[in-house]
Amino acid sequence: MTSHRASPEPRQSEAPDSAQPSRRKILGYLIAAPTLAVGTRILGDVVAPATASAEGLPSNPWMADHYDFLDAMKDFTRHTANLIKVEIHDDGHVYHASPVSENGQGILTTLAMVIAEELDVPIEKVHVWCDDARVEHQYNQLTGGSTNLHVKTEPLKIACAIAREQMMTTAAQQWGVPREELTASDGVVNGKNGQRIEYGALSKLAAVDTDTPVTDPYLKPASEYKVIGKPQRRLDAYEAVTGTKVFTGDLQVKDALPTMVHRGPNIKASVISVENMDEVRNMSGVTDVGVIPSGVAVRAATFGQCIDAVRALKVKWKDGPVADESDDTVIQKLKAAVPPLPPRTAGAKTIEYDFINYFASNTPLETGIAVADVRKDGAEIWAPAKIPIIAMQDIALRTGLPQDKVTFHVMPGGGSFGRRLFHEHAMDAAEASYLFGKPVKLMWHRTDDFRHGRQHPPAVSRVRLTYSGDKVLSFSQHHTGVQNDLGHGLGEIASASMARQELGQYTVGAWFYAVTQSSHYEFGPSESTYHELEIPFWTTSMRHVYSPNVATARELAVDQLGHAMGLDPVDVRLKFLRPEFHGVVHKAAELGNWGRPLPDGVAQGIAINDEYKQRMAVLTEIDTRPETVNRKVKDPPYEGYVTGPRVTKIVLVLEGAHIYNPLGIKAQLMSGANDGIAIALTMSTHLKDGIPLEGSWDNSYYTRQWNTPHDMQIHLMPNTYEPDRNPGGAGEVAVGPAMASVACAYAQATGKVPTEFPIQHQKELPFHPHAIVPPIPQSPTEGLDWAY
Amino acid sequence: MPEHTFKLNGKRITVEAPDHVRLLWVLRDLLSVTGPKYGCGLAVCQACTSHINGKATNICAVPVGDLNPDDEVVTIEGLADTVGKDLHPMQEAWLEHDVAQCGYCQPGQIMAAVAHVRKSREEGVPLDDDYMDNIKNICRCGTYQRIREAIKDGAEGM
Repeated sequence: MTSHRASPEPRQSEAPDSAQPSRRKILGYLIAAPTLAVGTRILGDVVAPATASAEGLPSNPWMADHYDFLDAMKDFTRHTANLIKVEIHDDGHVYHASPVSENGQGILTTLAMVIAEELDVPIEKVHVWCDDARVEHQYNQLTGGSTNLHVKTEPLKIACAIAREQMMTTAAQQWGVPREELTASDGVVNGKNGQRIEYGALSKLAAVDTDTPVTDPYLKPASEYKVIGKPQRRLDAYEAVTGTKVFTGDLQVKDALPTMVHRGPNIKASVISVENMDEVRNMSGVTDVGVIPSGVAVRAATFGQCIDAVRALKVKWKDGPVADESDDTVIQKLKAAVPPLPPRTAGAKTIEYDFINYFASNTPLETGIAVADVRKDGAEIWAPAKIPIIAMQDIALRTGLPQDKVTFHVMPGGGSFGRRLFHEHAMDAAEASYLFGKPVKLMWHRTDDFRHGRQHPPAVSRVRLTYSGDKVLSFSQHHTGVQNDLGHGLGEIASASMARQELGQYTVGAWFYAVTQSSHYEFGPSESTYHELEIPFWTTSMRHVYSPNVATARELAVDQLGHAMGLDPVDVRLKFLRPEFHGVVHKAAELGNWGRPLPDGVAQGIAINDEYKQRMAVLTEIDTRPETVNRKVKDPPYEGYVTGPRVTKIVLVLEGAHIYNPLGIKAQLMSGANDGIAIALTMSTHLKDGIPLEGSWDNSYYTRQWNTPHDMQIHLMPNTYEPDRNPGGAGEVAVGPAMASVACAYAQATGKVPTEFPIQHQKELPFHPHAIVPPIPQSPTEGLDWAY
Repeated sequence: MPEHTFKLNGKRITVEAPDHVRLLWVLRDLLSVTGPKYGCGLAVCQACTSHINGKATNICAVPVGDLNPDDEVVTIEGLADTVGKDLHPMQEAWLEHDVAQCGYCQPGQIMAAVAHVRKSREEGVPLDDDYMDNIKNICRCGTYQRIREAIKDGAEGM
């Protein structure tokens, strides 16, 4: 067995005749099991060739232009790819416990498509679910960075190809005919003379007693795909629309009673004493009250009674480490921390901005939740988690149990947006169960999820373009943010430990930035660097991480460059963007009817971004006229429903190497567009005295029906089949260019470059904040009056 | 402990709970009816939307003591039965448009959608994009455009 380095290949515009992995050494295993089970290993790697130059002075190469996060994760996961396993049971169904976690992004459906395709089995017979935390998966059990389709596809295809081949060989032996005479389709092996045997019937016959290596199995060429590339609805859709999809909170685990936590008046405050523990313990429905690291936990018959008890608790607190921080103090520190830009060339003209991005919460609709049953001899946890190995190990460390005594079931999440990279919800539940000696179903209150949950850290993005005449001389971007916690690691303990060290985080953060930011433009000598300020807020990588802020700063500056050179936003991009972007820019301009006459206060903007191995251009039309900005939302309650500038149209154009599920990727682009609109215009949190003021959705404004465009067009360019980009990631790709496009359109419509995001943030607060003490609000009682 | 009797998805049931406990918790924590979801407990996100006597209601804001024995509560689990089919036309439309992403808000979205169709008809106003601007349900996955398409189609089957 040898590995070899593949030489770069030319780009292809047609579906390749042979599957691209075949030029590498591929190894799979038939696994010893009662029915057929298959695993894989892939060796070797791919490095992209540099691309051709545009009209501008060529930029120096950036790391992500040639090796990005997806490449890194592919390399990190090779050595455990042999654990990616499919099993065929005697019912003819195919089973795959995926190390990937499903939080709404649709990845399990796409992985099922890959299995159905390569194994020639109807997708209805493919079952994919989230595997329990298993340390041996290592990096493979990270769900993040939009990496999973890119990383998991190849091992899955190989496992399926080996399984199909093994069944065909077995059928050939059974029938005493040459293997070449057989074909497989729809879960059946067919013989030349009408013989027919279902996979189910073959599954035991094809099983092996000892693990058996198989080299270079035959993979289907893309030109023969029947499932991949066709629209596929989500496999959990029926459960979702009938209310039968089981989320963590819906689990019926015996004695796992509702549990909630009374949290402090500022972030990371700690309990000094509880004044009325016994009184609260005697409240209706309450079974247990006790102090855990995050606050005072209350277990009761219903969550309604938990809320009553949490509100009744009287607790003395020691302030947390950020109690003196507010928006202004943080932004001031960030501005002072931006490293100086390089010296300017004498005589060059300059475009330079500081763009400020405030805190934003990535709280999903399902708040933090976990079921935990921690006993002396072992623990069982159920929770959504994108890096369950670290969650399981942290719980083992905390409870003193050996890690093989902690079972962590990964539940489908009700959204993540980066929240489920960490596991405070699971840890809270484990702590409470450990303390009470009873099972708990611990859920964060919505207000806690906003105030004490992790957030997108604020950042100042300093950007400078220097130019002379129609030539750009240089580009610099120094993106400086509050530390974006990467202490979750990349799936396993080594990278997590490194990121948790004081200077380790700085290094890991700089690396993560470098493998996600590419240069896009030919701007001559160029650089984009990342700097962090360590202030101990709860932070995490919100969907698309740094890029929405980075792209918005860059694209707004590019528009100003165009303005200075007398070029409109499309023309300035076509002049300086690398040629591979011209297709998406032209298409967005065409579909969006670029340049059509619009009234004053209404304008278009366009922005681009390349990440996750997908190129995007987004065109936005925005209406900033007073009659639109001041529109009202009908029907009470009115408070907290902001309107403001309205995006009336958004056109998203994506070019990828190979779109596996057009329906799924369009859903992700729609979703990303609504995120981009939110973080450009309305969604943030205001930090005051160490805690966000926002406590619910009527305070922090994710896009709602009254702010979403009536006209959204999503266009997928023809597949490029670029081998090194195949397939790309979908979950985050639209957020950055959508935010940038909205910001650019807003600047065009108002004639002013916005420098603080979201636009709404610095306006007078449109809501009355919920009290800080008690920490959570009581539910209203007027439900019947508000019925419609 | 007070007893409460009401109709739930076509069946009369009795449950013991303090009067002030909101219906959402009575259904989820005491009766194991988990279709209606918790998203805020403040009648803002509308993930718990169910029908009480045919009207869309945020049951996180209804004390169980407010219910009378003849009140009919329908959750997503009972929606299809109201039309005597395996799936309500709105659920069919939801599948047709592949609306759900994470799916957490979708029971509430569908219950709200059915009520909005009825309401627009009662008001005699068209169920167009302007009308749908007033739907309050949050979808944090941002499926709004597909929700709109599904409502238009689902309404045709109602």
